[in-house]
Amino acid sequence: MLKDPAALIIRKRTWAGYVLFGLRSPRVARGAKPGQFLMVRVSGQPYPLLRRPLSIHARDEDTIEIFFARAGLGTAILADKKTGETLDILGPLGKGFVLPRAPKGKTFCLVGGGRGIAPLYFLAQELQAKGGRPRVFYGGKTKADLPLLGTFAARKVEVFVSTDNGSAGFPGLVTAMLEKELARSVPPAQVFACGPDPMMKRIAEIAAERQIPAQLSLESIMGCGIGACWGCVRKIRRGGEAEWIKICEDGPVFAGSEIVWEER
Amino acid sequence: MKRIGATDLAVNLGFLRLRNPVLVASGTFGYGLEFKPFVDLDKLGGIVVKGLYFDPRPGNPPPRLAESPSGLINSIGLQGIGVRAFCEKVLPQLQGLETPIIVNVCGETDEEYAAVIHFLNKERRIAGFELNISCPNVKEEGRCPALSPDHTFALVKLAKETSRLPLIVKLSPNVTDIVSVARAAEEAGADAISLINTLLAMSVDIETRRPRLANIFGGLSGPAIKPIALRMVYQVASRVRIPVIGMGGIMTGRDALEFLIVGAKAVEVGTANFVDPGASIRIVREIQEYCRGKGVSRVEDLIGTLRIDKE
Repeated sequence: MLKDPAALIIRKRTWAGYVLFGLRSPRVARGAKPGQFLMVRVSGQPYPLLRRPLSIHARDEDTIEIFFARAGLGTAILADKKTGETLDILGPLGKGFVLPRAPKGKTFCLVGGGRGIAPLYFLAQELQAKGGRPRVFYGGKTKADLPLLGTFAARKVEVFVSTDNGSAGFPGLVTAMLEKELARSVPPAQVFACGPDPMMKRIAEIAAERQIPAQLSLESIMGCGIGACWGCVRKIRRGGEAEWIKICEDGPVFAGSEIVWEER
Repeated sequence: MKRIGATDLAVNLGFLRLRNPVLVASGTFGYGLEFKPFVDLDKLGGIVVKGLYFDPRPGNPPPRLAESPSGLINSIGLQGIGVRAFCEKVLPQLQGLETPIIVNVCGETDEEYAAVIHFLNKERRIAGFELNISCPNVKEEGRCPALSPDHTFALVKLAKETSRLPLIVKLSPNVTDIVSVARAAEEAGADAISLINTLLAMSVDIETRRPRLANIFGGLSGPAIKPIALRMVYQVASRVRIPVIGMGGIMTGRDALEFLIVGAKAVEVGTANFVDPGASIRIVREIQEYCRGKGVSRVEDLIGTLRIDKE
């Protein structure tokens, strides 16, 4: 993990509500693994104060991509940055997904909700490169929340689509679509997912019922991203008593079986 | 090896000499190790590590953070590893560092504060204690010692009697008369005072009508609190004889210089470490550049030099 105060924006793609940046940052790109994230400074001024945690969406030798939604003031300011401007980033942060040892010939379900699709593209590429078969379950509220369909299609990744309002693909939640598909196909070797909390909880249940290992990438507001502020914890049980564990440092990916889901 | 014309950044607290006036504040720098990839720890004036209770503490449920304009509200609940794990796991990794390590001491009771100090007294790697008198006290219905000059006096006296090492007392800004608490700490034997801790605050999500923090209340830090911190540091520094360490929203060298000019002998950088992990070192550099530009040869010559027109 290191700081690049001037990662150059070399490409930008925008959709209604979503943005993708390609950032030239060779040193950060070199070590990046699927499921890791960046902490991106929004402004050189004190408001908004905190960096924003954003998943790494793809990587090549000297470039990293981030894909994110305009969710609030911070991401809206970031979304307005233009090609040729620079971003102050820390990364790669967190532990990311544990890649399967021998993925060759095996099937993996990658479930993304809305902006949660971001790290799954990087993961799908890695699995493909090692001979694995990623099947992506991509859900959104509406068709407009699925801007990356073409990106996956270009990599010849199999994608199942759902929308809450039925404007594209399976009508309903992505978790319902996943259940339906699991009922009629050979069980995958693993499930990987990223999305809002209720979706993560449901996927943990679905995977546990079928005894499929699940790796879930959790979201949280973060103060620092490097384990210093203890602001982004979740209750995790790893044998013994459950503890508040830092998402930034020990996650953001946890096994579905070790996350303790609490009512809020 | 002092170059001619180079600024002497060292400050002398009496009980401790710092290579420069910039320390990092408790709770914003972990146990120091987290920042090794970003900061040459030996370039810091000092490191105040995250607050320690005697035993490990689970901390508060999330959400623990809420952002506010130019500020951050936190309710971490002082989650921590306790003194034993600190001595066994953290201190060995800080061996070889020259930078003074100051331990922020917490307690649910006065006796627990004393127990923490007693346990850590023997550690040669520790240069001093910072007494966090803002911890909720279980025997006082959750009221913290910092709210009362009497309780502050009693606690500081006990801590001072227990401690073999210098004792800095960290004050809370959530009081009506900060000077009376500072004086109580001084009278009880404190070697220095640091201030301010965070300001009690809250934030509400109007969509859900819920507090943004699970704990409802949290402590506000960041640039939003700097003017309040500066006022309090000035008030205290002009009324006590012991050294004052100022903090609250310092993001830049200019911010730090304001605190030095109103009388702080040193400063602690806190929330800025989250925004920019290298902030502390940058602030040292910016202080140096200011001194060079103004022809100030010793940073100590700036301390308490606020100019006020008299009628």
